[in-house]
Amino acid sequence: MDYIQNTPADAADMLKSIGVGSVDDLFAAIPEAVRLKRPLDIPPALPEQDLLAHLQALAARNRTFDAGRCFLGAGAYNHFVPAVVDALFSRGEFLSAYTPYQAEASQGTLQHIFEFQTMICELTGMDVANASHYDGGTALEEAVAMAVDHTERKKVVLSGAVNPQYRAVVKSLFKHLGATLIEVAQVRGQTPVATLREAAQDAACIVMQNPNFLGGIEDLSAVSEIAHAAGALSIASVNPVSLALLKSPGDCGCDIAVGEGQPLGIEMNFGGPWAGFIAAKKQFIRGMPGRIVGETLDAAGQRGFTLTLQAREQHIRREKASSNICTNQALMALRATIYLETLGPAGLRRVAELSVVRAHELAAKLAKVPGVKIPFQVPFFHEFVAEVPHAAQTLARLQEKGFLGGLHLQGAFRDLRDHLLLCCTERNSGADVDAFVAALAEAVK
Amino acid sequence: MRPDDYKYSESHEWIKYNEKKKEATIGITDYAVKQLADLVHIDLPKVGDNVEQGAPFGEIESVKTVADLIAPLTGKIIEVNKEVGGDLDTLKEEPFEDGWLVRIKPSDPAELESLMTKKEYEEFLESSEEGEKEEKGKADEDVDEDDFV
Amino acid sequence: MKTIFEKSHPGRSTAYFAAAGPDEKSAASLLPAGALRATPPGLPEVSELEIVRHFTELSHRTFSIDGNFYPLGSCTMKYNPKINEKVAAMPGFAKLHPLQSEETVQGLLELMWSLERMLAEIAGMDAVTLQPAAGAQGELTGLLLIRSHHQETRQDQRKEILIPDSAHGTNPATATLSGYKTVSVRSDERGGIDLEDLKSKLSVRTAGMMITNPSTLGLFEENIQSIADLVHKAGGLVYMDGANMNAIQGKARPGDFGIDVMHFNLHKTFSTPHGGGGPGSGPVACKKFLEPYLPVPRIQKEGTAYKFDFGQPKSIGKVKAFWGNIGMHIRAYTYIRFHGPEGVRRNAEHAVLNANYLMSRLKKRFKVAYPRICMHEFVIDNTPYAKKTGVRTLDMAKRLLDYNFHPPTIYFPLIVHEAMMIEPTETESRETLDAFAAALLTIADEAKTDPQKVKTAPHTMPVKRLDEVRAAKNPNVKWCTPCDAPPPPEDPGTGPAASAD
Repeated sequence: MDYIQNTPADAADMLKSIGVGSVDDLFAAIPEAVRLKRPLDIPPALPEQDLLAHLQALAARNRTFDAGRCFLGAGAYNHFVPAVVDALFSRGEFLSAYTPYQAEASQGTLQHIFEFQTMICELTGMDVANASHYDGGTALEEAVAMAVDHTERKKVVLSGAVNPQYRAVVKSLFKHLGATLIEVAQVRGQTPVATLREAAQDAACIVMQNPNFLGGIEDLSAVSEIAHAAGALSIASVNPVSLALLKSPGDCGCDIAVGEGQPLGIEMNFGGPWAGFIAAKKQFIRGMPGRIVGETLDAAGQRGFTLTLQAREQHIRREKASSNICTNQALMALRATIYLETLGPAGLRRVAELSVVRAHELAAKLAKVPGVKIPFQVPFFHEFVAEVPHAAQTLARLQEKGFLGGLHLQGAFRDLRDHLLLCCTERNSGADVDAFVAALAEAVK
Repeated sequence: MRPDDYKYSESHEWIKYNEKKKEATIGITDYAVKQLADLVHIDLPKVGDNVEQGAPFGEIESVKTVADLIAPLTGKIIEVNKEVGGDLDTLKEEPFEDGWLVRIKPSDPAELESLMTKKEYEEFLESSEEGEKEEKGKADEDVDEDDFV
Repeated sequence: MKTIFEKSHPGRSTAYFAAAGPDEKSAASLLPAGALRATPPGLPEVSELEIVRHFTELSHRTFSIDGNFYPLGSCTMKYNPKINEKVAAMPGFAKLHPLQSEETVQGLLELMWSLERMLAEIAGMDAVTLQPAAGAQGELTGLLLIRSHHQETRQDQRKEILIPDSAHGTNPATATLSGYKTVSVRSDERGGIDLEDLKSKLSVRTAGMMITNPSTLGLFEENIQSIADLVHKAGGLVYMDGANMNAIQGKARPGDFGIDVMHFNLHKTFSTPHGGGGPGSGPVACKKFLEPYLPVPRIQKEGTAYKFDFGQPKSIGKVKAFWGNIGMHIRAYTYIRFHGPEGVRRNAEHAVLNANYLMSRLKKRFKVAYPRICMHEFVIDNTPYAKKTGVRTLDMAKRLLDYNFHPPTIYFPLIVHEAMMIEPTETESRETLDAFAAALLTIADEAKTDPQKVKTAPHTMPVKRLDEVRAAKNPNVKWCTPCDAPPPPEDPGTGPAASAD
């Protein structure tokens, strides 16, 4: 099975035009010794009908949970996506377009990216944003690289309350920077400011997450002051939905803001593809990795859009490039763009409000369940930590009852055994919260 | 246009040396500016930075390329042209005067000997252009554009 | 066309959530006052209908494979099958949380494990990771594997990576990012790697070589076995950029011609959609001896159950949060299962057939840089036209837009002057290829008879040639009031009401 249009008659004509006898002649340049002389050992072709049945069977062996029964966040959020997002995103013109290097033929792509950049700047309070990144983790890693480059310092201070997946990515990828990484452990759900102040000496940057991985709200303004006093940059990894209510990192004195665009209308997709974002103050624009769309005029004086500052990119700088990023996540950024433009400021605010209200409701009700404690006295957004006896077993029991009951934190935080990270979004109704509390109470007995 | 009393490097920088003050003013030649075409940005070092002969001390960017500025002498940066970054057209119009980039205090004035005079630089340009033409010519040797066009 | 911000009016947004009832607590009261923003973010307020019109119009201002022939060399712009989209959108795949327990995602884990097996077979290698988000990240992963290997065998003095002068920019950029120095190797007159130059650059400092095969010139490296041998004898490893796998899948396997580690571009060879610039996916395949260094988690099969295995002490760690671009894995898996072994092989055969056919139609009027049988793409050297008529590759590319064709890749690879790299792919019909050839030949005529028309092209696009210098000098990367650019002329069809703003 294939999508080839050439019939044997076509092929014969074409071979004649080329001047060879057979298709095999076209592969003569491959040395005989390395030619594959047997069929590939992969399963035989499936026509579309059978293919669909096969994939449906595979999908059926995965378990999805009802939207209202999901209380798991931890970097992937279960938000409602209006139907118009899917309908527009799946247009073939967006899906099957290439990178907009030929600007005149790609004004649609370029404009939707420009709108994305604009809204990211609005949310984060920054001057410049790029066309999106692989994900929040690589966006963070690139921001760290920018800081090391800009300050010419080799020390990076990283809050231990940053998403452990992101910290792992930063650790793996930044070895080439020849820098040292100082991790400041979280204490009772927040990053201790005093420890940050001590560590900030000679640092290239201080990296925070807000709300942090455990849901807590950090004092970004205080951290930015500490960073700047030490000559370091202030970097924040942020949740874009929270920025409908929370002060922007730009207004908190941060120099670079990064984050994950998944909460903005992108399906969880078991982890990808998503769209990370990176935004910064004006002076960092030339250090910014990835693609950037800029506004300009055409030969007739009309406004148009084009990829700009390409001299920073790998295809021109080659071995002098500070980043090897080629692809962005245009299609996923498009989803986020449609989502943000569809919801508008009031809609996004509503999503944030409902998430906050529901999470606080849940925390208050759980605190009353025997055996369950809310250990941290920190202000939180839509995620928080609950101490629960036999957390692993409890999660398994909740799963049996049809709930995704949060994340057992022991994996990433050694001293948080039997602690769960719980999340609410606008998809959890009051009734869902009550059902969950009852199920949890049952499960911990 | 090219001043007779300047010195020139193979990477197309010019050097104006002040014997009395023992300071060198450095810029890029009209040839370099022409090669780069549409200039969009320049990255210059800070006052106090040390530079080494033959090593990059900054970058100049056009729409499609980015090129290193190579230090023709070893020394310390004592002054940087703050105006040129905001008005890159100066480099097109006055690469040898207003388009100066940095002033340095050379640590070893003997290095000046290794630089070219104006005559030597212009001969250098001629021969490298010819070399390029030759290379291109060889490639096009067995092809007459009339074969195609 | 206006941006969405210029179409925004207060109060216009459609509501998707119930307003706060009297019993609902105020969210602001639950958050610290000092943490709240004072003013709402400047997001646009438009109704759902305006959103639909806006994005529909944007879609009309973009070329795409669904609408146009896209012979971009090295991009493999083949048809993106709709069945792949349908499958990837199935709730049983799309609605899965990445941190769900393994027993609840067995179907997906089986898909990923099977995809790894199929890619390993196509590569002729032993192990695969699906984690890298795109080709460049795959390259980085591959070089980090090489680095781990040399570190473990105490060969830290190996600090150089050899890269051909025809390579894609990501190759040297990735080498730098992995902590290596790039040493460039020249191509010879046949367009292959110059063996003498290679020998002169191999040393005890060589960590490895990055090659693309077929090369970026669309040619199979005739000396690939000697090249791999030489690098191995010098103690280095060979990395292959798999961007051009479309030409050799099922015909030759990189593992069989001396490659130790490579990446695939699922968005090229395996039809996952380009999406206007991503997402991609860059799985990495390697020989057994490099397997211990692969990113975690690995996917293991135990009996009939599939598991994530994080217990890989020598692993380079994670290159991406979570497990990779799963949505692209699902599409690629569906694609390869649709094709089977014969379909995969036929894709290579017809990609090469189509490229050679198109070349045969153009070679009398255009100078082919390396005039011999090519693989899936070929490069034209447009210097004859540039010299004689002043019409350059850029001009011809822009003029092709007026004929409704997306231009080929231009000015790459760097070693060919006025380059135009053409890759038709296997999914195009000969009528399309003939029409493209006819358009290019017409433009060749125009270059002689009406060069100005070509030099000022395109004439039929929504915009004329854009001022890139202006965009780079004073970059304006977000919409703001007031803009320094004049607003566009009124769009026809938005009606008199719109012009009232």
